[in-house]
Amino acid sequence: MRIDHWFYMLPLRLRSLFSRRSVEQDLDDELQYHLAQRTEEFIAKGMSPDDARYAALREMDGLTQRKEECRDARGVNFIDNTLRDVRYAWRILKKSPGFALVAILTLTLAIGANAVVFGILNGLILRPLNAPHAENLYGTEYGDDSGWGSYPNYLDLRDRNRCFESLAAWEFVFAGLDTGNDPVRSTGYSVTGNYFDVLGVQPYLGRLFHAADERGYGSAPYLVLTYAYWHAHFQDDRNVVGRTVRLNKHPFTIIGVAPEDFRGTLLFGSPDFFIPIVNLDQVNGGAELNARGSNRGIFQALGHLKPGVTLAQAITDVNSVGAWLRKMYPRETGRNQASLSHPGLSGLTQPVQAFVAALMLLAGLILLAACANLGGLFAAHASDRSREIALRLALGSSRRRILQGLFVEATLISLAGGAAGLLLSVALLRRLSVWQPFPGTGLYIPVTPDTRVYLIALALALVSGLLFGIVPVRQVLRTDPYQIVKAGSAGRVGRRITVRDLLLAAQIAICALLVTASMVAVRGLVRSLYGRVGFEPRNVMLAGVNLAMGGYSGESVPAMQKRMIDAMETIPGVERVGLVNNYPPLGYAAGSRINIFKDETRDLNPSNAAAMPYHYEVSDGYFGAAETRLLAGRDFTPHDNANAPLVAVANRAFAARMFGSMAGAIGGYCRMQDGNRVQIVGVVEDGKYLSLTEDQQPAIFLPFLQSPMSQVWLVVRSSRDPQQLAAAIRNRIHVLDAGLPVDTQTWNTMLNVVMFPARVATVALGVLGTMGAILSITGIFGMAAYSVSRRLKELGIRVALGAQRTEVLRAALGRAFKLLALGSAAGLALGILASQVLASIVYQATPRDPLVLIGVVLSMAVVGLLATWIPAHRAMSLDPLSLLREE
Amino acid sequence: MSRPSDLVQGTLDLLLLKILALEPLNGWAISQRLKQVSGDILQVSDGSLYPALHKLEQEGWITAEWKASENNRRAKFYSLTRLGRRQLQQEAANWTRLSDAITHVVRLDEA
Repeated sequence: MRIDHWFYMLPLRLRSLFSRRSVEQDLDDELQYHLAQRTEEFIAKGMSPDDARYAALREMDGLTQRKEECRDARGVNFIDNTLRDVRYAWRILKKSPGFALVAILTLTLAIGANAVVFGILNGLILRPLNAPHAENLYGTEYGDDSGWGSYPNYLDLRDRNRCFESLAAWEFVFAGLDTGNDPVRSTGYSVTGNYFDVLGVQPYLGRLFHAADERGYGSAPYLVLTYAYWHAHFQDDRNVVGRTVRLNKHPFTIIGVAPEDFRGTLLFGSPDFFIPIVNLDQVNGGAELNARGSNRGIFQALGHLKPGVTLAQAITDVNSVGAWLRKMYPRETGRNQASLSHPGLSGLTQPVQAFVAALMLLAGLILLAACANLGGLFAAHASDRSREIALRLALGSSRRRILQGLFVEATLISLAGGAAGLLLSVALLRRLSVWQPFPGTGLYIPVTPDTRVYLIALALALVSGLLFGIVPVRQVLRTDPYQIVKAGSAGRVGRRITVRDLLLAAQIAICALLVTASMVAVRGLVRSLYGRVGFEPRNVMLAGVNLAMGGYSGESVPAMQKRMIDAMETIPGVERVGLVNNYPPLGYAAGSRINIFKDETRDLNPSNAAAMPYHYEVSDGYFGAAETRLLAGRDFTPHDNANAPLVAVANRAFAARMFGSMAGAIGGYCRMQDGNRVQIVGVVEDGKYLSLTEDQQPAIFLPFLQSPMSQVWLVVRSSRDPQQLAAAIRNRIHVLDAGLPVDTQTWNTMLNVVMFPARVATVALGVLGTMGAILSITGIFGMAAYSVSRRLKELGIRVALGAQRTEVLRAALGRAFKLLALGSAAGLALGILASQVLASIVYQATPRDPLVLIGVVLSMAVVGLLATWIPAHRAMSLDPLSLLREE
Repeated sequence: MSRPSDLVQGTLDLLLLKILALEPLNGWAISQRLKQVSGDILQVSDGSLYPALHKLEQEGWITAEWKASENNRRAKFYSLTRLGRRQLQQEAANWTRLSDAITHVVRLDEA
């Protein structure tokens, strides 16, 4: 039946589409034949030929309308009409290029901003890892103090949980990788034997290791390279499998290469290699792995949930294992509630989600403002054309046809704007994804645009096109062709508040909000750049040395470190030299806390701890080199070594919390987790330790000789050129040990990492604020230009009657300025309210800042001035004579 | 769209199909035949005839060709297709069923 149907129908439809002219001719011939017959009939009845012809036409009840119905019957009329509308819309837009350009520019900005933000959302949150079934892959959150930071605890979680199919874990390993030349500092993952099998990763070359390869502590000196590292350092040599390389001087056998699209289980960076976690201690030269109380054995445990297990059930299950551990090992396991999340952003899930949500909100505001802007533009455009529309209605067009035409016009503009916005966003996203915010760390932002981004941009463009296409609908539906054709287009000058006014005020409010937000953020960033953080990062070069990479252990570690400090002091121009274990404050947002107990506490259960300060093990020259001010008591001396009584220097916050006052702290005692008593000998100023936005935290400094560590940073203060200084530092260390990798950078460079969120937020807000301002300009410009052009005649009369220029200006632009002032005030108020949210991202963001208020008012005034410049010019240079003659 | 107010909706299609089942006709002739067979009871305005014909043509129930008319002018003649014949049977059956039912109800009322 259907096929029969198409057999008859298809040729007809094709003919209607492609031989339109002959089909139309046929239609006309057919109806004319009928008319002719009817006319003859009427003539035969005795009418005059003219009367008969009119009567026949009346019988037909409107020839044009009946023809249109016949066309509708063809079923392709919609396509045909649309094509005509497209051509017509194109001609209209070409005739008003200003309107088209402003509309397209507005959309380009809005779609571009939203596509970029969606690209970021897509890259960071929506897109799972490159592993099969990533949608039910969950992992622990790094740094939530839930106790899953140690390898023994991971083993218990692996064996006791009931929610994971199987559980793998991994930890970073930073090591000198020696492939025969000089050792290169590189970053790897040390992973449990089942890691690749849990993730379902297949080797690109050779093999990957499995659970069976682990036959006990230190039993598996195997290494798997990532594709990128193999490609860059081994030139795609397929014979690397079986070769032996050295990690921190320990031999490892390359057994395979991971596939190209597998870059570990964190989104922000790619490791260079994978080794079994049972060999981690061998590389690091310590005995950390089997320490249950450690929080540096596991970065993350992860696995697929069993079928049917919900996330909430899994979290409950994991916490019940945690509760069991706490009962079994009360000494070692102090813990919080654990949560699970998709791996990829571990430890950063919350802040990244919050940041992206904030961006989406702002981009949404931009889109709203743009839509309001476009609605206003379209309404103005439609009322400029009210005469043409009235004429078309009078000539027999249906309102539906006219609306359809307006929609086609809106769609054309939104497609053009959408395409331009998409191109812009793709270019931006490409730039973002090759950008390395911290050179040398291998960190990048994985936001390559994909089909989803394109589709969303297209959908947004079309939806907004239809949204603002709706605005003039009411206007068209209410058009009374008789009135308009009679009265002319100049029409009435509205005094009441129109939809357009409301749209414009709303748009200006949104834009002023964006401008306020960006100014608050910029001011906050500037302040945090010059704020006091407890040390002076300027003029300091840091040199990171991991003695484990040189094969040092035991007594030789502090001895070598002392030699390095002495060597630094011989560099000409160097003023002070200090040393800090692991990382300095604010270094890579890394820091760890220890439990400190009151001296009288006997039960050293972690829940009895009096404070959990950040701890830093430093040399006696550190406070001088860092310019951390000593407030009371004494600095460390070289005699605070392993044989001397245990001493510590507290920061002011720690002293206040433990002893009530600085004076009370000096000479006071407290206890460490292992029960040893430590005497506080000095108090230093407070500072920032993990992030610039943190509340004031307690911190404690211990002499490095009393708890040596192979990974240290030397703090070298000098007013010399940093580049030369870095070369000299490397030189001195290579004199001491030629094979030791050294990482040199300024302290400010390292601070870039903790400054990164604030910087990104500021840049994003700055860009969005600028876009808001541009949108305001286009919106006000459109409105002002329109109101001037509509009232040219009235203004001309006023000038002719002797109005002053200021009066003309007030008449022409008063309304625009009123709207601007109203919208700006509303936006400013909203911005001040919203700044509470900003304060959580941008350090010291406060809207109660006269500079910000003045800045916002000034920039909105500039916006108004720029936007009304051309219309004002036009109103001022009116020539009443020629104007009045024209109409 | 102008609809014949005095025709039950959808019956215009049936009438046109039935008329064309007898012989191929042009639009003018169809309008004359309609008047003639229904004794002026079924009024189909000139305006609504052609859209209806074009719709039937698009459905594939009738097909058209240009031929010389009785007064030797070029006119568009419609004829029933195989599909149209089947459609006519269906619609006629429907109509019979419907009118029988209505007649039945009307008679019930009277009795």
